Amino acid sequence: MVSRSALAWAACFAVLLALAIPWFLWRSDTLVAGLPVWLWWHVAWMGVTAVAFAAFARRDWGMFVEVDRR
Amino acid sequence: MTGGTLLELGVVTAYMLVALAVGLVAYRVTDRSAEDYYLAGRGLGTGVLLFTTFATLLSAFTFFAGPNIAYANGPEWILVMGLMDGVLFGLLWYFLGYRQWLLGKENGYVTLGEMLGDRFGSRGLRGLVAGVSIFWLFPYVMLQQIGAGEALVGLTGGAVPYWAGAGLITLFMVVYVGISGMRGVAWTDTLQGVFMLGITWVAFLWVATEIAGSGGGGLAGAMPAEFRALGGGAYSPQWMLSQAIGIAVGVSMFPQVNQRFFVADSERTLKRTFAIWPLLVVLLFVPAFLMGAWANGVGLPLPEGENIVPILLNEYTPGWFAALVVAGALAAMMSSSDSMLLSGSSYFTRDIYRPFVNSEASERREDVLGRVGVAVFAVAAFGGSLLRPGSLLEVGSTAFGGFAQLAPPVALAMYWRRTTKAGMFAGIAGTQAFYLATVFGPTVTLGGVPVVASSYFGWFAQVVGLVLGLVLTVGVSAVTTPDTTEDPAAYVDALRAD
Repeated sequence: MVSRSALAWAACFAVLLALAIPWFLWRSDTLVAGLPVWLWWHVAWMGVTAVAFAAFARRDWGMFVEVDRR
Repeated sequence: MTGGTLLELGVVTAYMLVALAVGLVAYRVTDRSAEDYYLAGRGLGTGVLLFTTFATLLSAFTFFAGPNIAYANGPEWILVMGLMDGVLFGLLWYFLGYRQWLLGKENGYVTLGEMLGDRFGSRGLRGLVAGVSIFWLFPYVMLQQIGAGEALVGLTGGAVPYWAGAGLITLFMVVYVGISGMRGVAWTDTLQGVFMLGITWVAFLWVATEIAGSGGGGLAGAMPAEFRALGGGAYSPQWMLSQAIGIAVGVSMFPQVNQRFFVADSERTLKRTFAIWPLLVVLLFVPAFLMGAWANGVGLPLPEGENIVPILLNEYTPGWFAALVVAGALAAMMSSSDSMLLSGSSYFTRDIYRPFVNSEASERREDVLGRVGVAVFAVAAFGGSLLRPGSLLEVGSTAFGGFAQLAPPVALAMYWRRTTKAGMFAGIAGTQAFYLATVFGPTVTLGGVPVVASSYFGWFAQVVGLVLGLVLTVGVSAVTTPDTTEDPAAYVDALRAD
């Protein structure tokens, strides 16, 4: 039985991967403070990723990898 | 020689001396066993592990090749790095790295080949993994030596000829790595990583301030119109995804990176490094690659065979500062090579010499042999860098793709109990043959559909090879039964959480 938190983390990792490149800004050339808006997305997204990874490491480290944990 | 040249040489020399001093200290605290020499006794903490992996991986690329790409094609490469190293490699670090770490700790594995050979009871598989790895690693080390040798020629304005420059660097690395082993390599990587990160930010802020204050539209004016919009030019979705996936997966199988999966001192260290990866990616690549894009925007020309960051720094910062950065990058190249030499040597002694030549070798003998192996590997690569056979250069420049092909069978072996030895051989040999054919062979199409080609509707051959590796390994495993020598439970029993 796959636990609800395992599903949630799998979905979270998938979203982190899917939006690391902001496809919805494709061909957008807006500048914010002299830099492309998608660059700011990147900075923010890496921050979000770090927070998510840290939360995973604190709460559910071992999930998927250690054998008895699901 | 100009003052800048003297300074650059001074920095390089200082780096070598510091590295040697660190190496000697490391030698004194390292006992004469393979585990201590190759893996620093599985005792690296968060900061050292983070920086040694980072410095090993990306140091020279950060200052030279990466900004050159941003200069030529636009800063979107930053997004590729974010996906590749911030997210994807972080997840591989956890899913492959943490599992490898647990298995290594439990069973004392030092190399990937050893780990697989044990599970599948196969000396041949062990040798195959090591052989494939060395095949791609050797020319890659050669390319590093060529780069460093040529940088030294450039530094001295030709006063030091290429053979002497590359020879000096080889000699230094042999002595240094031969003495220090993983512990010393990791320590100098850390010093150097911190130095690089600091100097990148100084350079970035310096250049940004100069450009912003110079009129001409400030920073926005320095971002060329075609660079502002995401995508376009070389950057198609398939291209960006192929690069990110191919390199991230390839990196995880590069011997010097894969071996670092074994060296953390505790679970806590792995947890912390896992969460810090994305931050380090932002801190290092955003400033470095933006400099490349700005250099284009302010109209600096990039002559063939040169690098854009030194040119930009010479334009906006004093000569001594540009010199400091160039010398730092040269040191970075050496720090990538030393890790590769160490890992190459360990693959050779552990997975080829010991199982096939002398299985009775004592710990002491293996220790000596490992150090000799470093010298042989380095000298051979130096020889290669003098002769420069075209096919070897080609192998080196496509090494990431070659390593990536190992990942699907390895991941399956670690996670899928039904994986068999035959499946592993099929997955590894099949994808290597496929990838080599796409690099060296003629393009073959069937009714307009590429069969053997470097590009499949925009996707790179190395990414197609990953899918092929999954199919071959799963398919052949499904129709074969495990050998009596195989131990499907080997990885499972070792992984029971307490």
